[in-house]
Amino acid sequence: MTFVQENHQDDIVRMKGLTKAFGSHLVLKGIDLTVRRGEASFIIGPSGSGKSTLLRCVNSLETYNDGALWVEDYLVGAEKRGDAWYEARPRVTAARRARIGMVFQRFNLFPNMTALDNVTSGLRMVLGQGRREAEDRGRELLDRVGLLDRAGAYPAQLSGGQQQRVAIARAIAARPSLILFDEPTSALDPELVGEVLAVMRDLVREGMTMMVVTHEIQFAEEVGDTVHFIDGGRVAESGTPADVIRASRHARTSEFLARIR
Amino acid sequence: MNTANTGLRIHRRLAPRLANAALAALALIVVLGMAEIVIGSGRIRWNVIVEYLFAPAVLNGVAMTLMLTLVSLLGSMVLGTILAAMRISHNRVLETIASAYVWFFRGTPVLVQVVFWFNLGLFLPQVTIGGLSLPINSLVTPTTAALLGLLLNVSAFMCEVIRGGLIAVDNGQTEAALSIGMTPTRALLRIVLPQAVRVIVPAAGNLAIDLLKATSLVYVIGTREILGTTQSIASQTFYVIEMLIVASLWYLFLVSIASFGQSRLETYLARGLSTAGRELPRPNLG
Repeated sequence: MTFVQENHQDDIVRMKGLTKAFGSHLVLKGIDLTVRRGEASFIIGPSGSGKSTLLRCVNSLETYNDGALWVEDYLVGAEKRGDAWYEARPRVTAARRARIGMVFQRFNLFPNMTALDNVTSGLRMVLGQGRREAEDRGRELLDRVGLLDRAGAYPAQLSGGQQQRVAIARAIAARPSLILFDEPTSALDPELVGEVLAVMRDLVREGMTMMVVTHEIQFAEEVGDTVHFIDGGRVAESGTPADVIRASRHARTSEFLARIR
Repeated sequence: MNTANTGLRIHRRLAPRLANAALAALALIVVLGMAEIVIGSGRIRWNVIVEYLFAPAVLNGVAMTLMLTLVSLLGSMVLGTILAAMRISHNRVLETIASAYVWFFRGTPVLVQVVFWFNLGLFLPQVTIGGLSLPINSLVTPTTAALLGLLLNVSAFMCEVIRGGLIAVDNGQTEAALSIGMTPTRALLRIVLPQAVRVIVPAAGNLAIDLLKATSLVYVIGTREILGTTQSIASQTFYVIEMLIVASLWYLFLVSIASFGQSRLETYLARGLSTAGRELPRPNLG
């Protein structure tokens, strides 16, 4: 693994030559990408281009093979002892993940817990908060996503849109410094997409730092600070939504945008 | 069946009902015929069965059977969970150790294992624990040999039952647990295992019932459980069939309790899951 200079203060995520292979299949072929504090960063691109893998590297759900991936002040997958970086212990990786929220395409709520217990699961089981303290915070969060009245419902009793809103509440419960959204609306019926996007829009307004992998181009254009177009494991184009979506310079980007509109 | 207010009527079909009644009658005749052969022979001394069913020696045997079953079962849950976690871990060494364990203990008959533990003293006459030398034969009594044999054997099966349950839980559950900051071990124990229990319970219940009956095998090394006690009474009194019936009645009773407990547990675990335990519409065969 090659190491580059330490992370810049305002950068929450910084990738430099990030490379990832599944067996002999190279998925990420040297990604350079930066996410600044408070930025809503959208990652778009064709299926199989490596967008989700890229996102999953940030909280170590995937390991990377080469290059460097910094989150805040640490090198992902490594911990510093003296001047040298060593493989991170599972405990260290877990503590880092607790500072990064993640929202999954298929919600991944815990089916044996109520909405409220899902939201408070990290507070109770990871941060060790008492039930009352955790539940006060949990209710506040459910209220924010408009589901306070469904606090006692199990995931199977909620619609897809409601489940994803609960999942967002769970992801932000521990006040993370970054949230990762992995195609948060792709598994939803079209009429349920709006309610999830509305919650995400609120988070952007509050200045939450987020990385969003999505096919909702209009939404990216509307609320995104930066858009990265990924194609074939490389960043083909980066910039403001206006640059990348409305005035894309790359043929591949325009082609992709034309296809999904 | 009258459909409300439409004036339409759907007539019952007679043929399936007649066929059902005929089948029930036939089954009854077979059962009564078998009862006639057993009871009508006049060779079975029913009073002996009644006399011995609750005899102190037999009740001690029942207690021993229960102890062997419960201790092996609880032990196998702990050992089986550890082995299952090792098998699904991505650590090649742990995985291989657990696989080898399962291969060996599932691959040899439990009776062979029990007899082996009982005869451990033949090739390992002494053990030395902290400077203290003990003869194996004083450590390995029929009860400890039976427990060891049953526990180690059933753990191999329990490992596979638990592993089956763990891999039935969607991988997204593990990822969600990791994403909120759980360590892999905690995610397995707090998130995946509780969900796997619903899949594990039916198979583990089967295993528990098998185990309850497999405890009868250890009578060959002189353990005084249900079969051991009843056989020893039979050899003194020559009430061979009667004592087998006494043993069978106790096994049936214990298995019935276990089955009842299992079905109650399954109902309890299905709570909150709207689709679990819901009956599928089925053709009315009544």
